[in-house]
Amino acid sequence: MLNQKRETQEKQNKIVGSLDSDWARLPQELLLHIFQYLPLLDRAYASQVCRRWNQAFHMPELWRCFEFELNQPASSYLKATHPDLIKQIIKRHSNHLQYVSFKVDSSTESAEAACDILSQLVNCSLKTLGLISTARPSFMEVPKSHFISALTVVFVNSKSLSSLKIDDTPVDDPSLKVLVANNSDTLKLLKMSSCPHVSPAGILCVADQCHGLRELALNYHLLSDELLLALSSEKHVHLEHLRIDVVSENPGQHFHTIKKSSWDAMVRHSPKFNLVMYFFLYEDEFGPFFNEEIPVTHLYFGRSVSKEVLGRVGLHCPRLVELVVCANGLRPLDEELIRIAKHCTQLSAIGLGECEVSCSAFVEFVKMCGRRLSQLSIMEEVLIPDHKYSLDEIHWEVSKHLGRVWFPDMMPTW
Amino acid sequence: SSTAISCCAVYQPMAPNSIHWFRKGLRLHDNPALQEAIRGAGTVRCVYFLDPWFAGSSSVGVNRWRFLLQCLEDLDANLRKLNSRLFVIRGQPANVFPRLFKEWKISRLTFEYDSEPFGKERDAAIKKLAMEAGVEVIVKTSHTLYDLDKIIELNGAQPPLTYKMPVETLSDTLMGRCVTPISEDHGDKYGVPSLEELGFDIEGLPTAVWPGGETEALTRIERHLERKAWVANFERPRMNANSLLASPTGLSPYLRFGCLSCRLFYFKLTDLYRKVKKNSSPPLSLYGQLLWREFFYTAATNNPRFDKMEGNPICVRIPWDKNPEALAKWAEAKTGFPWIDAIMTQLRQEGWIHHLARHAVACFLTRGDLWISWEEGMKVFEELLLDADWSVNAGSWMWLSCSSFFQQFFHCYCPVGFGRRTDPNGDFIRRYLPILRGFPAKYIYDPWNAPESVQAAAKCIIGVHYPKPMVHHAEASRLNIERMKQIYQQLSRYRGLGLLASVPSTNGNGNGGMMAYSPGEQQPGTNNNNNNSHCTCVSHFLGHRNGVVLRPVSSSVLFFFQCLECRGALLLRVMAAGASYSTLTMKNRPGLAVLDNSSNACNRYHNNNNNNSSSSSSSMVGVTGVSC
Repeated sequence: MLNQKRETQEKQNKIVGSLDSDWARLPQELLLHIFQYLPLLDRAYASQVCRRWNQAFHMPELWRCFEFELNQPASSYLKATHPDLIKQIIKRHSNHLQYVSFKVDSSTESAEAACDILSQLVNCSLKTLGLISTARPSFMEVPKSHFISALTVVFVNSKSLSSLKIDDTPVDDPSLKVLVANNSDTLKLLKMSSCPHVSPAGILCVADQCHGLRELALNYHLLSDELLLALSSEKHVHLEHLRIDVVSENPGQHFHTIKKSSWDAMVRHSPKFNLVMYFFLYEDEFGPFFNEEIPVTHLYFGRSVSKEVLGRVGLHCPRLVELVVCANGLRPLDEELIRIAKHCTQLSAIGLGECEVSCSAFVEFVKMCGRRLSQLSIMEEVLIPDHKYSLDEIHWEVSKHLGRVWFPDMMPTW
Repeated sequence: SSTAISCCAVYQPMAPNSIHWFRKGLRLHDNPALQEAIRGAGTVRCVYFLDPWFAGSSSVGVNRWRFLLQCLEDLDANLRKLNSRLFVIRGQPANVFPRLFKEWKISRLTFEYDSEPFGKERDAAIKKLAMEAGVEVIVKTSHTLYDLDKIIELNGAQPPLTYKMPVETLSDTLMGRCVTPISEDHGDKYGVPSLEELGFDIEGLPTAVWPGGETEALTRIERHLERKAWVANFERPRMNANSLLASPTGLSPYLRFGCLSCRLFYFKLTDLYRKVKKNSSPPLSLYGQLLWREFFYTAATNNPRFDKMEGNPICVRIPWDKNPEALAKWAEAKTGFPWIDAIMTQLRQEGWIHHLARHAVACFLTRGDLWISWEEGMKVFEELLLDADWSVNAGSWMWLSCSSFFQQFFHCYCPVGFGRRTDPNGDFIRRYLPILRGFPAKYIYDPWNAPESVQAAAKCIIGVHYPKPMVHHAEASRLNIERMKQIYQQLSRYRGLGLLASVPSTNGNGNGGMMAYSPGEQQPGTNNNNNNSHCTCVSHFLGHRNGVVLRPVSSSVLFFFQCLECRGALLLRVMAAGASYSTLTMKNRPGLAVLDNSSNACNRYHNNNNNNSSSSSSSMVGVTGVSC
């Protein structure tokens, strides 16, 4: 017994011994490959093993992609990237960075820290940059000049930015001009929803110059006929995604309209483009929308929307793929759904929250859409039992038409 | 008589002296552990531990303490009828038990099984103490319908029901020769304390809307069933203005403290349904609330971090905002949204709110508007909500905040519209927020939109007498839906444009309603060094009335669902995770088989069921899910 133990002990020693020498001789490329699979913290531990591993730790390939997490203990539950690490990155690896994102909690301090890091990235050439507010739009709290000067550092130095995600920031027209002047050939994606300091002219300048732009996200007040025409000019590549947020600041706000001809031009130029629209409007603000055909593919109503508007959606949205209605009035949406099933022949996903639909109309809707409905998320309370179907029967009927098991969504009885 | 004496003399030393330890399960009806205490015993003492020092400093609010004390008083009163008493012991069980064992010459200790991790730890320690003192320990499950441990361990084909029928209520007959020695100073030493003694200021405390105690619970269940019988409609009642108010037929706090046995409730419901509906099998929806309770108990029993985000393998890490001021506004009913504030006022005053009202305030606090962690909301509920139970409270908060169980996050409750739909007139708001009484129905849900003249006429200027709304709801929901989408896209590795598809595995998905995660795919955070990463599995709820599928922390898969064909039967299935999860689920997915190959399998099962079961409990005989 004791002998056996000793033997295994010796064996183990041998293995460790042989490993020692072999590990140290591991080719750098292999080491790199392994390191790429390790989280940063594990790489840091590994770097303390020997000189070669320490060298590997600093290889540029491992520093191309980095996510700065800037959180304060007072405003976040999550850990922040260690300040020493940030210092080290700026000192040793800023020229290696290519894909960078900043995740920032709700505190202004964190957003300012992100700006401070940005302004030190003078000798790097970023391909993608994302400024992400994880809780509240804290970049909006940073003094605008501070934010702009930090962002401009990146715009000026990078020269080859392809993706830029700057939603909920105080970016403005002049800084967009700098972006365009330095990165117009490479820019493919620009997300800037809720950037109140940008004007329609500012975004038009981007569309005019950046012909490779494929994805764009912005608020409705920046959308204009001119912008759509610029995006559908001959020089411009096909647009893939256009995301529009329609947000009302005060009840009763007035919204401009977009000409059908502009949308038509868009569809002619980019027949496959997706138009994603998020509405956060009061019911009486929908006047200018859905009166004419619109090539929207993904439609989301974040607050109550009237039966009448949904009726218009059924008539004027032939390309609709996904429809989410968070709330509606107290009258059932029966005819509206059936009209949508009839006219929106691409529809494959639907979600209904605080609405009402009679069970028979719902079954009819599902029957008309059939198996193409791959997402069907209906709150249980939405379905009103009628003479034809009870709540217990409806999932059967619907499952039958969908060709798979389906149940309404529900919340726990707490 | 000499024979009698000698008989007693022989008998008495043999008869054990028992302690029954009350924790939850504060009742004499359907209390199997209590029955064990008196079975053949010479003496029995029912004890409840209360640490007066702890009481004052605990996070539990005065309404919950009052409810508990009322439960204890009622227990004591009912025990007196049997010439017994309740012994309220001041102190901690681990400190006091050894002394009691000695002083009372105890040889048997009984208590109800507690499934929650903290309870299990405490009970294990007491068991050890008892064993060392030579005291036999008997534990019985009666707080849940199912034996949760058996659900989770591989237990062959036996459905882990905890019962066939509820056990008899403790009575003189049952007590038999078993007595409780009561000293002269029992009241001083072991009486139920008052709220003042526990350090609560009861000046101005209104009378309890929910009086505690088994007696009240048993009155309520009768009323509850009468009303159900009267309505004769067992569908989930649709929400209206009235359902928001505390109802004299409400049962949830009584189930929480165990003043009412869930098993008694289950049986009475089944009985009633059969009587009214002429022997048809009841749908599972009849037991909705009871089964939800089981679901959360099961999900929590092996997860000591069930009430936390960090380190909880079933909880999605969401970068919630820490914002004590906003949290305080929510908790103190000062959000400026009358619907939210009225609910929070009702909660603080009465200790209970309707479950949809819970959804409304929980959604508002977390993913709907304030983006504050569900853990904070859970703590406030723990303080104020009479029926707050560790497992159910945490589980529901995770669900509502979309932190677990894969709920579509677009289902948000609007803090204005939802209330208006439920109670268009706004009477609920006027009742709990009298300051807004003067507002017409048109503006009562959004008084900040009322013209100044209307505010003046209502004698309530918004921003002066009642706060302005603390958030811009449209803006908050825009931001929050975006954050949620970001988190869920990372989770599901979905890159498309759809909002619905970014939530993994909602039912009705292309893959038929289920999706298993392989470990590494789960946790989004890059800094996450969760060392039990093989446990990063997800719980998933499949279907609704018809089933629950849960993949708990342990290495087993739990099925918890109803056969679609036979309705009444609840099927439970435990499987080793060693086999491929997806194959198992494909084969045994409830409903799919039923849809695919007609109902043969189910009929076969149904026949078996009829042959094997006694008539009284046939609806609850379970089999493993293979056939369905």
